[in-house]
Amino acid sequence: MDNTHMTGLLRDMLRARAFEEAAAQSYAQGEIVGFLHLYPGEEAVAVGVLHAAEPGDYIVSTYREHVHALVRGIPARAIMAELYGKKTGVSAGMGGSMHIFDRERRFLGGYAIVGETLPIALGAAYAVAYRRLPEAVLCFFGDGAVNQGTFHESLNMAALWRLPILFVCENNHYQIGTEIHRHSAITDVYKRACGYGIPAEQADGMDVLAVHAAARRLLDRVRGGDGPQFLELSTYRFRGHSMADPGTYRPQAEVKAHEAADPIAAAIHEISLSYPSRAELAASDRDSLKRFADHCCQGGHLDDAALKRLQAEVQAEIDDAVRHARESPAPTLDDAWDALLRNRRFETLLENLP
Amino acid sequence: MSNVLYWQALNEAMDAELAADETVFTVGEDVGLYGGTYRVTEGLLAKYGEWRVRDTPISENSFTGLGVGAALLGLRPVVEIMTINFALLAMDAIVNMAAKIPFMSGGQFPMPLTIRMPGGVARQLGAQHSQRLEAMLMGIPGLRMVVPATPQDAYWQLRQAIRSDDPIIVLEHELLYFRTGELDETAVAPPLHQARVSRPGRDLTCITYSRMVSLALETAEALAAEGIEMEVVDLRSLAPIDWKTCEQSVSRTHRCLIVEEDNECGGVGAEITATLQARSFFQLDAPIRRVAGLDLPTPFNGALEAQSIPQKKDVVQAAKELVTNATGGVS
Ligand SMILES: Cc1ncc(C[n+]2csc(CCOP(=O)(O)OP(=O)(O)O)c2C)c(N)n1
Ligand SMILES: [Mg+2]
Repeated sequence: MDNTHMTGLLRDMLRARAFEEAAAQSYAQGEIVGFLHLYPGEEAVAVGVLHAAEPGDYIVSTYREHVHALVRGIPARAIMAELYGKKTGVSAGMGGSMHIFDRERRFLGGYAIVGETLPIALGAAYAVAYRRLPEAVLCFFGDGAVNQGTFHESLNMAALWRLPILFVCENNHYQIGTEIHRHSAITDVYKRACGYGIPAEQADGMDVLAVHAAARRLLDRVRGGDGPQFLELSTYRFRGHSMADPGTYRPQAEVKAHEAADPIAAAIHEISLSYPSRAELAASDRDSLKRFADHCCQGGHLDDAALKRLQAEVQAEIDDAVRHARESPAPTLDDAWDALLRNRRFETLLENLP
Repeated sequence: MSNVLYWQALNEAMDAELAADETVFTVGEDVGLYGGTYRVTEGLLAKYGEWRVRDTPISENSFTGLGVGAALLGLRPVVEIMTINFALLAMDAIVNMAAKIPFMSGGQFPMPLTIRMPGGVARQLGAQHSQRLEAMLMGIPGLRMVVPATPQDAYWQLRQAIRSDDPIIVLEHELLYFRTGELDETAVAPPLHQARVSRPGRDLTCITYSRMVSLALETAEALAAEGIEMEVVDLRSLAPIDWKTCEQSVSRTHRCLIVEEDNECGGVGAEITATLQARSFFQLDAPIRRVAGLDLPTPFNGALEAQSIPQKKDVVQAAKELVTNATGGVS
């Protein structure tokens, strides 16, 4: 894997972490209200999978979706403003933290009812197959979602009609306070997909490279017409279920053990090992890599300083997003009615009748 | 007599019924180890064990259906659905099974099932988590639904619901769990479905339920300062509705204002309006008026969210218009 790619992964992981920590801070200050489900610890999942996706693919996510949205390319400003309920948010402040949508980037939404992402992805994939397009649908859901009827119903239909879906189970081993052994008879989630004849794999969700490799392999198969594929990623959330949850039901030892396997630390480790060649650096026109290159050329501590700079950049982006969100105007009730009625065109349709 | 939080009253009621009757058990997401999303089942797992306080997977339709099946065999299940929004996934179990079985079996099978869940708009939980679906459920023949507004009612209505042989929904409210109120476990409980006059008044009747009761009482206080006496009727039950208490109040005040958190179109108030205009037509000096939520999915933005449901000023204004503009209004 070349260094551009490595840095890209690392940058998104850092953005993911910085975004979520900033959101947590805004929540603590009372600027963000409502449920706020954060992603720290699970970055390798969204980053690894979404870096394997094409712009033409569709993404369906849950209420824990800020990072998916960010990595998909939705500007941090627009996501943060939505978390703040502002008019400049992706959905003009009507959706909020759990409901990020972006039509242009084929981000089909964040869904707050557990198990909803599966039928939505099923339908999207049906439309793609119907039009015979080479696109894939990426469907994210947690370990808790696999006990909803929609999971089983959707897997069956996806397999039956060979629909182009990559099912991605973000297995963080908890459904709020209920640990997976207490909510699922079979805790290797991928095995359930086998019951529907869907090829399924398990990968280490704390290792972004492993995630990326697996996602790319499976997406190739999806796009190649092999039908749905299933990827179970074992991961861990560092925080509580949401900001309202202190997460005290989890043993400290367990939390600590997982923190030791921090995916960001793992990625940093990786990148410092793969020292970029001069040619690689010169070939790259990415800002961060240029700085990285300069630093390398001076023969200093490549990983530390370059990383610091990358972090500073990312932090600036996120700080800007927070500032923007904070300073943005609130929507009005007219905006709310507009969101509801914008697409109501039946009057004109009637007028056009012969 | 003690001063408790609404969730504590429910917790005491659960505890009392679990202790009194070993056919009672509860199931739901995070009711056990976690102690319940709103703490209602706190401490019960340790006391009664996991066969009686059972954590479930996220499988609403099936664990509600489990409640139905267990009720067929004579157990008294208390199914907790985390919020009413997720009850939409259990509609088959609630509407097609629980509501129908006693009837379809010609009464052979009672349905001693209690379904507890909160509804309502809380604080910026977004459109999928802020729903008021009571109007949808109150019209299902075979189901009963109570809407306790105080810890006292929460305690007794839950206990009565568990003891009842009908399928009963105990609709709690997300913003009531951390409100305090008096709880007297020795007081005689009124019949489960009976409405209560929470505050007497001569000028108009305000019919309301659940969280809106406290809003109505606050408003009544403010109106009293301006010489308008608003009677507040807390319905306590939406299925069935205690029409007699409503009629009696309206026959005293001759004006009726309905305050409801659900949205106006097809809401609880629509049913009350239709029924009362028929039953109390000649007692009314003015058209029945509704203050309800907007016919809009709940906006996430906090200010808009607040504007989308009744606020005190809306109730004050409606009450004033009702008493002054109508024929024979107070002079
Ligand atoms: C149908 C439904 N039931 C219950 C809930 C409440 N709830 C929100 S998140 C959650 C746990 C989901 O766990 P999982 O699918 O593993 O996702 P994670 O939060 O761990 O990412 C629950 C029970 C819900 N949102 N929808
Ligand atoms: Mg989980």
